[in-house]
Amino acid sequence: MAAVKTVVRVGIADMNLVRESDTIRTSGLGSCVGVVLYDERKKIAGMVHVMLPDSSLGKGAALNAAKFADTGIYALMELLKTEGVRPMSLKAKIAGGSQMFQFGSSDTVRIGPRNVEAVKNELNRLSIPLIAEDTGGSSGRTIEFDPASGVLSVRTVNEGTKEI
Amino acid sequence: MTTDLTITDMHLDVLKEIGNIGAAHAATSLSELLQRTIDMHVPKVALVSFDDMFELAGGSESVVVGIFLRIEGDLSGSMFFVLPIDSANRFIRRLVGDPSFDFSAPETMADIGLSAMQELGNILSGSYLSALSDFTGLKIYPTVPSLSVDMVGAIVSFGLIEVSHYSDEVIVIDTKIVEEDISDKSVDGHFFLLPDPPSYAAIFKSLGVM
Repeated sequence: MAAVKTVVRVGIADMNLVRESDTIRTSGLGSCVGVVLYDERKKIAGMVHVMLPDSSLGKGAALNAAKFADTGIYALMELLKTEGVRPMSLKAKIAGGSQMFQFGSSDTVRIGPRNVEAVKNELNRLSIPLIAEDTGGSSGRTIEFDPASGVLSVRTVNEGTKEI
Repeated sequence: MTTDLTITDMHLDVLKEIGNIGAAHAATSLSELLQRTIDMHVPKVALVSFDDMFELAGGSESVVVGIFLRIEGDLSGSMFFVLPIDSANRFIRRLVGDPSFDFSAPETMADIGLSAMQELGNILSGSYLSALSDFTGLKIYPTVPSLSVDMVGAIVSFGLIEVSHYSDEVIVIDTKIVEEDISDKSVDGHFFLLPDPPSYAAIFKSLGVM
């Protein structure tokens, strides 16, 4: 029986999980970074779409963990743990962190590279190996991960789709 | 900072009014430039989630021509001029008289077309913001606009970075651009003003609603 795969969507500053039979996707990443944590053996994965490098930047009342690299990756790992995934079996693939425009306040201009750096620091801190990345540049990206194959498809407007 | 100000329908109505004043001025400028009747009005002023903001601009993955500029001064925020490729092509072909100009073929794009698009953004935002400044008495300084042809989410999220420090929602003043003479009455583009949350108070104060 050929079941149709459902695509689980992840919005900006949002996260979600996916199992073997489905795929997970986030679209229009610019300076944001899409982080996939996956367990190859259990064929389960989570994706978070982070917007800012560090939760200490948050000035609002409520903290949305998925918005920041430090809290978002940790929260995603915790979410995977509730599904029975062991942190030491997790691997990561990331994409995004572009520099879409060349001006703005100095903090904002480099927000893409800073997001990538913060994501890598956090993965390192949690001892999650980074298997592949497609980061930087000045193009938007749409990414889709298939937990069955462990492949992350990255689509840009001018360069089509590649798999990492 | 946003927590000490509750946004009410009255606040949004006031923003709609100043959006309409800005839009009227920008429409006049654009009509003169293109020698066509361009109608602009504000269909929506709302406090929306970031994902809903992308939907307003055509959906996070749809490819658009986007002009982005920051505004600074008494009022800070981001401004976007977002056009579907077809509309942008039509405007620019008419402006520079080059029927082959195409935003979807970057390798063949003539510099003059890109400059024209940037200038279009400059003129529109300038007329919009000067009307806004006159009406509110707030000093507003726009940066030089920057152009990108890419996915809505990638372009617009850059203007949400500042807002995202404070909130997961943004006040959008959405101006719809429609060309009168063409039979297809679909929207040709949008003009978005996204004030930074610390500026909300300044706007409302200047208009006497807080």
